[in-house]
Amino acid sequence: MAEQSVVAAAGSVMAADGNRSARARVVILLLCLALALSVFLSLTAGASDASAVRVIHDWFTGAVPADAALAARDQLIVYDIRMPRVLLGVLIGAALAVCGAVMQGLFRNPLADPGLIGVSAGSSLGAVAIIVLGTTWLAPVTLVLGQLALPLAAFVGGLAVTFLLYAIATRRGQTSVATMLLAGIAISALAMALTGVLIFMADDRQLRDLTFWQLGSLAGATWPKIATVGPVIALALSAMPFLSRGLNALALGEATAGHLGIPVQRLKYTAIVGVSAAVGASVAVSGGIGFIGIVVPHVLRLAIGPDNRYLLPASALLGASMLLLADAVARTIVAPAELPIGIVTAVAGAPFFLWILLRKRGVVDL
Amino acid sequence: MIEARDISVALGGKRIVSHVDFAARPGEVSAIVGPNGSGKTTLLKALTGELAYTGTVTLNGRDLSAMKPVEAATLRAVLPQATSLAFPFTVREIVRLGLIGGRSGVLPGENQRLPERALARVDLDGFAGRFYQELSGGEQQRVQLARVLCQVWAPVLEGRPRYLYLDEPVSSLDVKHQLIIMNIARDFARRGGGVVAILHDLNLTAMYADRIFVLSRGQLAAAGSPQDVLNDELIEKVFDCRLKVGALPTGSVPFVLPQSAA
Repeated sequence: MAEQSVVAAAGSVMAADGNRSARARVVILLLCLALALSVFLSLTAGASDASAVRVIHDWFTGAVPADAALAARDQLIVYDIRMPRVLLGVLIGAALAVCGAVMQGLFRNPLADPGLIGVSAGSSLGAVAIIVLGTTWLAPVTLVLGQLALPLAAFVGGLAVTFLLYAIATRRGQTSVATMLLAGIAISALAMALTGVLIFMADDRQLRDLTFWQLGSLAGATWPKIATVGPVIALALSAMPFLSRGLNALALGEATAGHLGIPVQRLKYTAIVGVSAAVGASVAVSGGIGFIGIVVPHVLRLAIGPDNRYLLPASALLGASMLLLADAVARTIVAPAELPIGIVTAVAGAPFFLWILLRKRGVVDL
Repeated sequence: MIEARDISVALGGKRIVSHVDFAARPGEVSAIVGPNGSGKTTLLKALTGELAYTGTVTLNGRDLSAMKPVEAATLRAVLPQATSLAFPFTVREIVRLGLIGGRSGVLPGENQRLPERALARVDLDGFAGRFYQELSGGEQQRVQLARVLCQVWAPVLEGRPRYLYLDEPVSSLDVKHQLIIMNIARDFARRGGGVVAILHDLNLTAMYADRIFVLSRGQLAAAGSPQDVLNDELIEKVFDCRLKVGALPTGSVPFVLPQSAA
């Protein structure tokens, strides 16, 4: 009943001809504004009173500031601390939300999320392996790959889990949702156990790094880090719009998508590799940030419908805005210290996730 | 022309369809009939390339297994028995998916209005704004047919006939809509396309099919025109049920045949 009333409510505010494109375009435009606002807010807010407005104003007008030392400090804070952090927040927020939407389309299930089904756990395992074993067993890897070792390891870990999940949950072209979720839990547990073994082996300094990293944070944002993972995320994200029509067709099932002319196998592989790359890169620099991937697409589906041509770009925009806002909360609420951002997204996201589950209770196939 | 030679399909080590020859000509409605579990849907899934098969299937003379999905999609559309939907799409959004990969065959400017026209054809005028998931089973089946029609709106494209594969298109419909849907199928064939339909109602089959393929335990039991195929012996042998073709009920029990439709 509740389900029907929600559907009816959504129907009453929808165009009577079932065409939600115009509405989706308006929402996307509003989300662009929201992101611009979030970026501005994030550049301005922080532990320091440095004024992003003044720095940017000086930069634009070429004005010579009265207090040169203060201006230099503000410039440093804005250019080298806040800007990379904001950029990283935008990239990762967009990546997590879009990957959530893509996974949900691929598994035909609104509860699929890279974090929930173990992709993030696989990425973590890869990253932790490099952090802990990077100077011993895996020294050749870090020697050859340098800065790239960590994101690559996270990518490989995420990819391995995704492929494993897909192989386990798919039989004769049909992906079983129940099997996928259960297998995800099992694989997650296994990856976390292996991560636990590595943590057990870690020394004190590594332990501190690991603990903070696992909770998730954008605090480590630097320009070199962005140079490493930025291109990976950007490349993966730029491939996603090409999947949107295929993902729409996939809502009717794999066989029907194929009959409609979609190269289903290629679509699945592209989606899996893209999601693993983007999630792996995100996890590598920011640790586990949960719930963005599940909350953002779900809210947007209620607002503009499930058409991936609009859902994917809208998810990118809203995911970026939400992560920036969560980060702003994380670094101001207990200033000058800061809260791991994973805590903020979990505190806000977990109750929402429960609400989705309760609302869907009784519906046979989620 | 759809031609299939020596088709066998095994599922989970069990042979469901064995050594079936099948041919559907453009301009005709070809019906596949047979009891439950006789391999009708499995045969259809082999013909569409959804299931792995041994033997050869050609579409207008070209080997199906060598075609890309998008090439096959321009030549034929497939209506499955039932379609479950993952997300809350509107009826219009579902029907529009028919235009994704194939070519409807209408002028590019007309594609925009095609979902409405297709919905009107299946008697779902005004349903475009409804949510698919809140429709009844029969309405959902007709929405899917509208989507399928969009994909191959023109029965003939660039001189080549196109095909509709329909798996029990009327099984969940009331009698009025059974007739509407079967008339759409016949009309598609009359205008030069080909139709392959799995049917259960032998009266509808006799009324609309140009050729009937009877499956029994995965093998072809008979093939030919309704007059040739539908006889007492075959029905008893295949359906394990003693029925008389053309016999009227005795006494005052009413009966209604689709053939009596005005």
